[in-house]
Amino acid sequence: MEGTVMRRGWSRAEMAARVAADIPEGWVVNLGIGLPTQVANHVPAEREVIFHSENGILGMGPAPDAGAEDPFLINAGKQPVTLRPGASIVGQADSFAIIRGRHLDLCVLGGYQVAANGDLANWSVGRKGVAPAVGGAMDLGAGAARVWVLMEHCTREGEPRLVERCTYPLTALGSITRVYTDLAVIDITPAGFVLRDAAPGVTPEQVRSLTAAPLAIG
Amino acid sequence: MIDKFVASVEAALEGIGDGAAIMVGGFGAVGQPNALVDALAARNLRGLTLIANNAGGDFGGMPKLIERGAIARVICSYPRASRRTAFDELYEAGKIELELVPQGTLAERIRAANAGIPAFFTPTSAGTELAAGKETRRINGRDCVLEYAIEADFALIEAWAADRWGNLTFRRAGRNFNQIMAGAAKVTVASVHRRVELGALDPDRIVTPGVFVDRVVLVPEPMEGEAA
Repeated sequence: MEGTVMRRGWSRAEMAARVAADIPEGWVVNLGIGLPTQVANHVPAEREVIFHSENGILGMGPAPDAGAEDPFLINAGKQPVTLRPGASIVGQADSFAIIRGRHLDLCVLGGYQVAANGDLANWSVGRKGVAPAVGGAMDLGAGAARVWVLMEHCTREGEPRLVERCTYPLTALGSITRVYTDLAVIDITPAGFVLRDAAPGVTPEQVRSLTAAPLAIG
Repeated sequence: MIDKFVASVEAALEGIGDGAAIMVGGFGAVGQPNALVDALAARNLRGLTLIANNAGGDFGGMPKLIERGAIARVICSYPRASRRTAFDELYEAGKIELELVPQGTLAERIRAANAGIPAFFTPTSAGTELAAGKETRRINGRDCVLEYAIEADFALIEAWAADRWGNLTFRRAGRNFNQIMAGAAKVTVASVHRRVELGALDPDRIVTPGVFVDRVVLVPEPMEGEAA
């Protein structure tokens, strides 16, 4: 295998599993729509993690079996979900009090760009004339005790998403402390990006070459 | 005798005219008062302001309301659907105005209207495009944005069960924006799935007391295995 592929990295399922491996029992966690939602699939049921959904659910469980959907029970991505024993329901004001009030141990968001200073851009690419949508991203970015980003290391065109400063409109400033990509796990420290882990078959130098800001090897 | 039930969705909407500001509850298709939105669309009004989380949604009566050109302005957090909607077309043609608000700020601005709080500071959106032109103040070392309460003429909400005093319970994630919109407008109209006798709702389980509700209309949609 070695030498046949420039870089392989983690699959999307492996990326989600890599995040899940770092979530300890007892945390209250919000997962953003898209790939972050899949993180829950990799947290074993016996590890008690309380998943929050911004439409007002604490203690969200996995997707229901086909035919067993409750029409009153969806997640923030509007997919049918279930409740775990111990779950509770809140309205929107309380749901965002949980978010802004630092009651979430962790939020995992998708991203377009993350900057070396912890800024996140994930809600708009700034296209004129196209209606932007933000949902709860700015509240989560400003409010959770920890905000991690789960995203591909580069765009489809090969442009790095880890940058010195975001060029897309910002979601939250200085909030991001860790980024999980298909190539690596990178912490954001006061000194900038620090490589914590690289995917099998990916060298620190490869990660550095695809990161548009200085990357320290942790 | 206090009885907030009205006979029909049409009666529930009495008094809504051109230019009204209308809150509509729901998150996605859950908890949206579809029968009220359908009846609102049928009134062929103009110049409405719509306050809702998913104003561009492609479910319930919302697309009809937007297609018919009833809405001049939308205040929402997520005007996008999985497919292209009438909202996108009107927005791109410059025929509908959008005030995009982060979801938690939208919720708190609605709650504030109900609670008699004219404005508040929040760290959400500080330093972003959505804070442009808004007063920002550094509080306890964090930049915070001044946000104003959103007041409306009508709030159209959905609840699970109601008694004639307008006390409401909700079902599962159907609570969402409905709980805070109740009382945030001059007139709050609740569409409910079940009507129960006064006293039948356990006071400890009433989520929204009738003091926040002006009119209730029964729109039964039978659900398997559900009791009030």
